[in-house]
Amino acid sequence: MNLRPDLAIIADHVAPGARVLDIGCGDGLLMAALRDTKGVDARGLELDAANVAAAVGRGLSVIQGDADTDLADYPAQSFDYAILSQTLQTCRAPDKVLDELLRIGRRAFVSFPNFAHWRVRLSLLWGGRMPVTRLLPERWYDTPNIHHLTVDDFRAYLKEHGVAVEGAWFLSRGRKTTSAAANVLAEHAVFLLRGTGTYNAG
Amino acid sequence: MSDDQRFGPGRHVVLPGPLRLDGGGALAPVEIAYETYGTLAPDAGNAVLICHALTMDQYVASPHPRTGKPGWWTAMVGPGRPIDTDRLFVVCANVLGSCMGSSGPATIDPATGREYAMAFPVITIRDMVRAQAMLLDHLCVARLKAVVGGSMGGMQALSWAATFPDRVEAAVVIASAARHSAQNIAFHEVGRQAVMADPHWNGGDYYQGEPPAAGLAVARMAAHITYLSEAGLTEKFGRRLQARDAKSFGFDADFQVESYLRHQGLSFVDRFDANSYLYITRAMDYFDLAEEHGGRLANAFRGSSARFCLVSFDTDWLYPTRESRAIVHALNAAGAPVSFMELSSPYGHDAFLLDAPELYRVVTGFMGGGT
Repeated sequence: MNLRPDLAIIADHVAPGARVLDIGCGDGLLMAALRDTKGVDARGLELDAANVAAAVGRGLSVIQGDADTDLADYPAQSFDYAILSQTLQTCRAPDKVLDELLRIGRRAFVSFPNFAHWRVRLSLLWGGRMPVTRLLPERWYDTPNIHHLTVDDFRAYLKEHGVAVEGAWFLSRGRKTTSAAANVLAEHAVFLLRGTGTYNAG
Repeated sequence: MSDDQRFGPGRHVVLPGPLRLDGGGALAPVEIAYETYGTLAPDAGNAVLICHALTMDQYVASPHPRTGKPGWWTAMVGPGRPIDTDRLFVVCANVLGSCMGSSGPATIDPATGREYAMAFPVITIRDMVRAQAMLLDHLCVARLKAVVGGSMGGMQALSWAATFPDRVEAAVVIASAARHSAQNIAFHEVGRQAVMADPHWNGGDYYQGEPPAAGLAVARMAAHITYLSEAGLTEKFGRRLQARDAKSFGFDADFQVESYLRHQGLSFVDRFDANSYLYITRAMDYFDLAEEHGGRLANAFRGSSARFCLVSFDTDWLYPTRESRAIVHALNAAGAPVSFMELSSPYGHDAFLLDAPELYRVVTGFMGGGT
């Protein structure tokens, strides 16, 4: 199973037999890996119909839906892990989605592309154009990434909202990089957060 | 194929009953006409129940004896199909209240020796499901690998999971809803009033004479519009005239769409009983799965360990996507494993019966999953 580096980190740190909700699960690659290697009870939410069909074809339970609107009906703490990989920056209201994520999951994995990576900085600084990089390949008008963020933005957000961090991993070209310089050197960040427990949105 | 007379096409059984009904009474005996396809495994673990829609029947994958038309879901059910009869044992029974061999208003009431007509008890979707459970007992099928249905068949599939949670391993619910909306009830009421306004209806007592064909045809015409999308009707007929160059300035079927609807109405009365139409539409109107479970739909699925697969179609305005989503949300709240997709089709509600490759792909995947 050849998982994307951020997904591989998530897969490595999910406990066997856990209940997992993968929000923005794509065609279900991570879910299938978790099911097959760790006996995980995985459920998914995915916007794209073709991806849902592919995931259902893998025997997975995936519903076609939108992280911005379809999380409210999941009971609090109904999953051991809620996973939001490479999806946060595409949400209309990322803060609300994070609230739901931390309500539904006892723990939550969040991964996103770091907009403060040096290549992005250089592209904007010297090119004066919205960066088009390996991890952010779309142009300004066709990108699904409507809420770009940086590692330091996310750290500040977690601090402001009192969210406990249980782990953080930073990736550059598929390899781990240091936490200290992550805001400049990391292309990708993966955070493991502690759920907000009894908080109930509805 | 086994020699067992319970299995095969064109089966009919009279079960002693009594079948206790939601309306308070009981029905005895209970006649059920059904078909089976494929071979029941020695452990009876490969049984799939197909539930049919309002005016469909047990002939899901074999020709209709009256019209000669092929089965109504041959693309879904058969050898090598998504519901593969090479490996699955498939049962499809005519629903209670219908007119293709199962107990309904046209059945002879043993107490009087005459057709029940309006003396037939008013039934519910859950009553239909309980009758199917009696049939499965007769076939020695304790658990269903899956229960599958579209439209009213989807309502039965939901009711199965809620009523017999220990007997259902998976449910496929296509273009359906967990309750009838005011608009759904309204359209059905138009149909019933059309039947009952026909003088031949005669309080339901017409079996010795002329049936209320005109009324039933109008009911079917009105209902048929709800099965199609506005865009689909426009594409198929537009404002084109029927076999003429100019408007007649009269009330013939000038427009192709009028001619089409009249044909739909007339061909329906040849194969369907008007009183059955009243009883089954009533059962659908009474359907409200949340109401049966303290007003919370999620409660209907609390005891179920079944996997669910829901599919809606974007142009279906009879049971629109939001109805399927409401079910999905309730299943999420109940913690049930559920898959859901909204498929794109120009055909409206009828899309589930027409060529729908994406639907077959999803059902194939779902039926293969979890094994």
